[in-house]
Amino acid sequence: MTAVVGLKDLFTRNLRQSGIFVAFIAIVGLFAILTDGTLLSPGNVTNIVLQYSYVLILAIGMMIVIIAGHIDLSVGSLVALTGSVSAVVVIRHGQPWWVGVLAGVAVGLLCGMWQGLWVAYVGIPAFIVTLAGMLIFRGLTLKVLDNISLSPFPAEYQRIAGGFLNGFLGGNGYDVFTILIGAVAVVGYAVSQLRSRQGRIRYQQAVESMPIFITKIALVGIVVMAFAYQLSRSRGLPIVLLILGVLIITYSVLTSKTKFGRHVYAIGGNLSAAQLSGVKVPRVNFLIFVNMGLLAAVAGVVYSSRSNGAQPGAGNMFELDAIAACFIGGASTTGGVGRISGAIVGGLLVGVMSNGMQLMGIDQAVQQVVKGLVLLLAVAFDIFNKRRASAAR
Amino acid sequence: MATPILEMQSITKTFPGVKALQDVSISVERGEIHAICGENGAGKSTLMKVLSGVYGHGTYEGKIIFDGEEMEFGSINDSEARGIVIIHQELALVPYLSVAENIFLGNERVRRGLIDWNLTNQDAAALLARVGLDELPVTPVGQLGVGKQQLVEIAKALSKEVKLLILDEPTAALNDNDSEHLLELLRQLKGHGITSIMISHKLNEIAEIADSTTIIRDGKTVETLNMVADEVTQERIIRGMVGRDLGHRFPPHDSVVGEEVLRIENWTVNHPTQAERVVVDNASLSVRAGEIVGIAGLMGAGRTELAMSVFGRSYGRDISGKVFLHGNEIQTRTVDEAIEHGIAYATEDRKKFGLNLIEDIRTNISSANLDQISRGGFVNSNEEIKVAEEYRQSMNIKAPSVMAVTGKLSGGNQQKVVLSKWLFTDPQVLILDEPTRGIDVGAKYEIYTLINRLAEAGRAVILISSELPELIGMCDRIYTLSAGRITGEVGKEHATQEHLMELMTMERGPVR
Repeated sequence: MTAVVGLKDLFTRNLRQSGIFVAFIAIVGLFAILTDGTLLSPGNVTNIVLQYSYVLILAIGMMIVIIAGHIDLSVGSLVALTGSVSAVVVIRHGQPWWVGVLAGVAVGLLCGMWQGLWVAYVGIPAFIVTLAGMLIFRGLTLKVLDNISLSPFPAEYQRIAGGFLNGFLGGNGYDVFTILIGAVAVVGYAVSQLRSRQGRIRYQQAVESMPIFITKIALVGIVVMAFAYQLSRSRGLPIVLLILGVLIITYSVLTSKTKFGRHVYAIGGNLSAAQLSGVKVPRVNFLIFVNMGLLAAVAGVVYSSRSNGAQPGAGNMFELDAIAACFIGGASTTGGVGRISGAIVGGLLVGVMSNGMQLMGIDQAVQQVVKGLVLLLAVAFDIFNKRRASAAR
Repeated sequence: MATPILEMQSITKTFPGVKALQDVSISVERGEIHAICGENGAGKSTLMKVLSGVYGHGTYEGKIIFDGEEMEFGSINDSEARGIVIIHQELALVPYLSVAENIFLGNERVRRGLIDWNLTNQDAAALLARVGLDELPVTPVGQLGVGKQQLVEIAKALSKEVKLLILDEPTAALNDNDSEHLLELLRQLKGHGITSIMISHKLNEIAEIADSTTIIRDGKTVETLNMVADEVTQERIIRGMVGRDLGHRFPPHDSVVGEEVLRIENWTVNHPTQAERVVVDNASLSVRAGEIVGIAGLMGAGRTELAMSVFGRSYGRDISGKVFLHGNEIQTRTVDEAIEHGIAYATEDRKKFGLNLIEDIRTNISSANLDQISRGGFVNSNEEIKVAEEYRQSMNIKAPSVMAVTGKLSGGNQQKVVLSKWLFTDPQVLILDEPTRGIDVGAKYEIYTLINRLAEAGRAVILISSELPELIGMCDRIYTLSAGRITGEVGKEHATQEHLMELMTMERGPVR
């Protein structure tokens, strides 16, 4: 007989992780009511995806950086630099869109290597290295752009962030293709969950009872399908959502199921213990920053595509949005803790809040204050929980 | 007869789900040294936290009567105001501040709102003289050794006009000399009318110094022994602590010694930051299959440094010398390489260097050998849980499951996780650095049994320890280390504490 995990265990196993999901649902509900449902309208749901995608992309990389116990302040400038390089290649030199994308990604990787080199092999704290990077990359952006904005991109390039996949299968008032992709995602999720469940049973480990398991999948299915339905009633499936989806799945697997992921958590949890366990700490740290550079480049391309050009001031403060998303999403300031899903929900939470407040016509200034307070409260909640947990010993 | 200075009556302290203390009573006479013993997790530290106000009035049941008055401490400041000072196991000194600044931290010598440095240093010097510490008040605390830092803590306590001094494991990190000095100081303070409560695992010290001993087991008071009137032996205390006679403190083992496994030749290591300082000086040693070889040395002799430098050059610089495995020279330039060659090193400081305390048992056990349970870079977490579960059972790790966070385990169980982690790498040579430090008597016996089992399975074991009885009880052969040099090699049959100590304190190595 295989042991069964109760609902309560599932929820309390990681209060912080589940707490953020509950908070997210509450915020969505709150703003849905406050905006008379506009928040969840097809057009607005699409908008949120388009508007916050690049912060979410950055948050994925930032989460890994933070789990390893570092920080990266340079990503905003790097978004600007990679976007500018791409813009120069495409707009100024008339190259095709994909050459621009490759150029941007190459620059992102190079900058990531540069910072990784200093952090991992010279041993300079990431805070300093990336603070320097923030200035250096911003300066290079200005140089690349000769201090002026570049625009517009050709239509193909604009499609990266503004394009939709729709109409392949027709539809009457809603796009069948989008719904199909949603269904594929749900089935994929169900199959992978089922396989992991079977694996656990084969190893005679505790699993959730069948009703809970089915309820869980049904809930996810309903949310995803509702989301897909809303998208389908608007403009269809945003290409950027596809990019984001692939990144989320790839990096979730990378952090939770690979040796590399384990090494990242080990370094953040106890650096010395990781070293003495044979983890090649410098190499892992180096790769973490190279990866951050890569994701910053992806975000840079998406952002330049969305804003249809490159501006010297692009990406300003993006690093802080990404960092906030991670900490709201359950990262620990001392490292070793956090999940990609947390970063995404954290980022979405901030996104939904900002979007909701915009819809309500709340002043930009007030929005900033609210965002700051949410960050503070999320971390305070974390610390409060830790204290309670340690008092319970 | 005078009234006791402290009475704690029927203290019960409950944490969610756990009764940490249940109806504990303790009575401390004025001017005595009162020892508190008990296994880890018995509730000693909790009791002291109740006493010092860390767990404030109202969070526990029972009464605290100090100096004839009932006390209701809300915080540690309240208890300090009454002259109760607690010195924790982990010292709470600021390394960058001077001795004098540390002593008067939070209690600064102030004149008209500004710190009077002359007065500060002068008073500090007087206090240092009282505790017998020959250091300048302006020396940064970080430059002092642990033993001296402990004395600074006591000086700090004295500056607060302490009536009751509580010491939590004061000698745990000290070498024998420093311990001796500290105990002597406690005796002197007693002569000046200061009462001390001392929590300790070192039973010989308790037997030597305490006037009475209260034994706590599983959150309850077992008994209070009068150490002066009665002949109380260490075995007697152990019996009270574990509720059974241990009989032998060390499990017997039949050593079947085989071929040489590891040989280190002419190993020399320099200090990582002070390049000209030689920490390990031309050391050579060897260990055979199924053999437990001890390394004895005082603190600073270079035991850990020797082990860590062999283990992937994790310590030191300008390392020279040769390492042979089964007679073939090998390179151990990185930890990875060392592990690959079948060398494992379980650190002396498991919290700092051994475990990822925020992660679960499973992750810690697999952390040094992820390859074993991975394919193409992907970790098979089901396999991982299975492996961890096997170790949890075979090593008798007391935890609800392998998903339990290691930071919440007791010291003994943490050590078992560390050992499991290294066993999972299937090592040929296991270097165990202070494997029983900070572990209670019952768990120590278990660890010893495990070590014997490893040796009996044909692994070579190097045991580094500060406790000579442990080395003598466990090892087939013991090397002594003094100031980085191997000063002797003693077989089991010749190993006595006196003989080892003589070799360990030798100024120069034997003439080569």
